[in-house]
Amino acid sequence: MISINGLHKQFGDLEVLKGIDLQINKGEVIVVIGPSGSGKTTLLRCLNILEVPTSGSITIDDQTADFSKSLPKRSIDLFRKKSAMVFQHYNLFPHMTAIQNVMEGPVIVKKLSKAEARKKAEQLLIKVGLGDKLDFYPHQLSGGQQQRVGIARALALEPKVMLFDEPTSALDPELVGEVLQVMKDLAGEGITMVVVTHEMRFANDVADEVIFMDQGKIIERSKPVDMFTNPKEERTKQFLNLLQ
Amino acid sequence: MFWNSFSVDPEKMERYLDIAQSSLQPLLEGAVVYTLPLSLISFILGLALAVLTALARISTVKPFQWIARFYVSAIRGTPLLVQLFILFYGLGSVGIVIDPFPAAVIGFSLNVGAYASEVIRAAILSIPKGQWEAAHMIGMSYSQTLKRVILPQATRVSIPPLSNTFISLVKDTSLASLILVTEMFRRAQEIAATNYEVLLLYTEVAIIYWIICFFLSLIQGRLEHRFDRYVSR
Repeated sequence: MISINGLHKQFGDLEVLKGIDLQINKGEVIVVIGPSGSGKTTLLRCLNILEVPTSGSITIDDQTADFSKSLPKRSIDLFRKKSAMVFQHYNLFPHMTAIQNVMEGPVIVKKLSKAEARKKAEQLLIKVGLGDKLDFYPHQLSGGQQQRVGIARALALEPKVMLFDEPTSALDPELVGEVLQVMKDLAGEGITMVVVTHEMRFANDVADEVIFMDQGKIIERSKPVDMFTNPKEERTKQFLNLLQ
Repeated sequence: MFWNSFSVDPEKMERYLDIAQSSLQPLLEGAVVYTLPLSLISFILGLALAVLTALARISTVKPFQWIARFYVSAIRGTPLLVQLFILFYGLGSVGIVIDPFPAAVIGFSLNVGAYASEVIRAAILSIPKGQWEAAHMIGMSYSQTLKRVILPQATRVSIPPLSNTFISLVKDTSLASLILVTEMFRRAQEIAATNYEVLLLYTEVAIIYWIICFFLSLIQGRLEHRFDRYVSR
């Protein structure tokens, strides 16, 4: 489903991604962990071209983006459609209600009729447990509810891959569970997911594989059991020890 | 006694009331036919110009930035009255004759465009980067993002400063009297020239400006309230 080859990203003099190679199969849930500054969020953002990689290539589904050439806008658009992102700070549109937030992509970008988009958006909001909050503005919702709207908004785009960028880091502890539960349900449905998170419990319970990144490189990739009980690399051990 | 100079002579009082009353109609006519349309048309054209200028300023295309900077600098750096004189008398003297009213509209629109562009630029920049990212993520183009996500939010932020601009504009239109637009203040001057009650007429016209601006402030309050519905307080 996803194939990343020799991906580099440079911000000025700072090399954030130093050659990432990664294959992810359809339906897999991959959790990316690592210290801050390890490049995990940048990697995720590259998958949606919110950052333009300096070189390398990414294939998602049947779309390939080769960043050693300059990309025409048209192919960026097509490539972007393959994935949808859930942001750390939700980034909901504050001037739109929950259902308007979810409908926006289908109506404006996919040119779906309003009635159709509304029906779909309603189903998605019911699915994330917000069937009674359709007409609420984001500021009237709790952080956990806002993030679930964010997940519904991403799902409405019908992406091949769902990207989660630390989706629970901005939440009060008691609200983390409801968001993780929705993500768990999605994983159960067989959606391909790439999740950057610090929630090791979630990684352990839901991930098919865990990737540990440090200093712009993938240090280790393994099943969660192996990663958490028997990490191979010294750097991984250090990081996991720090968390305990 | 000093006080005596303030004592009210009934006959004089009657004359004042008479003049105040009879001048009210031509003054209001000047307001309705010239002052208000001039303000409104200039503000709308000026706003359109301001949005374009603001977008040019924040664009990554250097020449756009230069043009916008030059325009804002030239307008803000020169007196409004001088600009009006250039448009009307100056251009007129070299054969480019513009009627008073359109000349005033051009002058005021250019002025609003320059000042309001800075307001709008600041408002656009005040919208968090995450809003642009979310819009790009769902597949919106630059213009869709502006129209659907950024400008609606920027509008809310700009209502108070833009109301300032509009209220200033309403009062600045009195300068159009000097390029022969028979707006409210020019009417007052004309009437005062016939009866020499200068203080009375200029005070009267001041009060009318004040009342107009008072109502504009009320409208500002309502607009702010309307746009606040999606923000927590």
